[in-house]
Amino acid sequence: MTQATHNHTTTPTTGATFDKLKCKECGAEYALEAKHVCEVCFGPLEVHYNYDNLRKLVTRETIEAGPNSIWRYRHFLPVATDNVIDVGTGMTPLVKSERLARRLGLKNLYIKNDAVNMPTLSFKDRVVSVALSRARELGFSTVSCASTGNLANSTAAIAAKAGLDCCVFIPSDLEAGKVLGTLIYNPILMAVRGNYDQVNRLCSEVANTYGWGFVNINLRPYYSEGSKTLGFEVAEQLGWRLPDHVVAPIASGSLYTKIHKGFQEFVKVGLVEDKPVRFSGAQAEGCSPVAHAFKEDRDFITPVKPNTIAKSIAIGNPADGVYAVELAKKSGGHVESVNDAEIIEGIKLLAETEGIFTETAGGTTIAVLKKLVEAGKIDPDETTVVYITGNGLKTQEAVQGYVGEPLTIDPKLDSFEVAIERARTLDRLEWQQVLV
Amino acid sequence: MAVKVLIPTPLQKFTDNQATLECEGTNIMELIDSLEANCPGIKKSLCDDEGKPRRFLNFYVNSEDIRFLDGTNTALADGDEVSIVPAVAGG
Repeated sequence: MTQATHNHTTTPTTGATFDKLKCKECGAEYALEAKHVCEVCFGPLEVHYNYDNLRKLVTRETIEAGPNSIWRYRHFLPVATDNVIDVGTGMTPLVKSERLARRLGLKNLYIKNDAVNMPTLSFKDRVVSVALSRARELGFSTVSCASTGNLANSTAAIAAKAGLDCCVFIPSDLEAGKVLGTLIYNPILMAVRGNYDQVNRLCSEVANTYGWGFVNINLRPYYSEGSKTLGFEVAEQLGWRLPDHVVAPIASGSLYTKIHKGFQEFVKVGLVEDKPVRFSGAQAEGCSPVAHAFKEDRDFITPVKPNTIAKSIAIGNPADGVYAVELAKKSGGHVESVNDAEIIEGIKLLAETEGIFTETAGGTTIAVLKKLVEAGKIDPDETTVVYITGNGLKTQEAVQGYVGEPLTIDPKLDSFEVAIERARTLDRLEWQQVLV
Repeated sequence: MAVKVLIPTPLQKFTDNQATLECEGTNIMELIDSLEANCPGIKKSLCDDEGKPRRFLNFYVNSEDIRFLDGTNTALADGDEVSIVPAVAGG
């Protein structure tokens, strides 16, 4: 595998909308390199934009005339050249919920369905499309990541499309679908005997010594910007307006906070009107360091060791946890957690009412949505958007044994009739139980 | 008592670009002081104004986060390995 010339800094093209990296904590500034932490205080580096330039370049019309992917927002993304990797990522459906909304007693519920994001069926395709486009500009020939599964799928697939060498790291106990769904793209796959936080730590050390572009380590400032498109799309799909309330999963806290950043940027450049948006976050009880910090009103995160079926969001030491707590508090939202049984019920509820099969992260988010409604924390009239970030076909183990069995019959009418009668009786009994 | 310390890239300017150092100390706080004695200026990067490790830095003793052990009082033994890793990664 070729070592990358990783210290390149590309000069943005004329009229480029971003000009430097800036520490979110102390404000120290850096060139647009592959660098993710501040050398002064170790705070996270963020891409800094020139919003005056953006205002001149972008209108609702220019966006609407753009490609049907995240790249319609390219001026808000940290890629300097026109040579982006467009694999059709983004512009996933925003579904007006009828049946789930009715079941929960909500009137204006929308589902942002990234279970069908392309090409690998999770929101990670957004961040990876941005990260690998930038990686190519910075001269990397090998890309890598620390992943709970979805990111591994996405990095391997988009690297394959872009012709980049790829080595990804996952915990060794991941769901089979996520392992196979990575191997098929033929990367080097390292299954690490440890949890995600251990994988992440190892990757930080590898990133120190190998000249690779780790999408969520040294390329993290660029990568994480991709999640803003989840905010942009919802605003555009709602008819260029912001919702009242957002419910999204929290793993590292990056997606959750970047949706907010996306909304704020649209306000800043005059694409939507400003209004308060409440941000609520969802965690699995078996890995809920952000929910705990929120409930205990702390401004620091105490790491935990994950123990939940929601592996895709099982980050015990979340990098953006403090910012997630801050956002929930200042926006008037909540961070809530649910147990594994509730997560499975959440997956089933979304499938049965909306025809969307999500994975455990989506089950967590739906279960938290339900919990917040039941606690009176979501107004039935609020325009609420719930983010579904991954596809259930990848984590079939999670619901195996909870969805019944097919009725096996002979190819004869009477065999069918016996079975259908039995099924209807069971169905009636189930309803009676519900009514009781 | 020698402890091996893994130094992240942003701090290698204090260590003559060395990625690992051998240091002394019976616990993490002593180790930080020992690092400062060997590499003047490094403590200001490792710790905030109150002398506590910065919130965006993780310390591991033999791969275990010190927050699961005894924090900066975590005891160190001869041959232990301490990793200092920026917290902002992943997700």
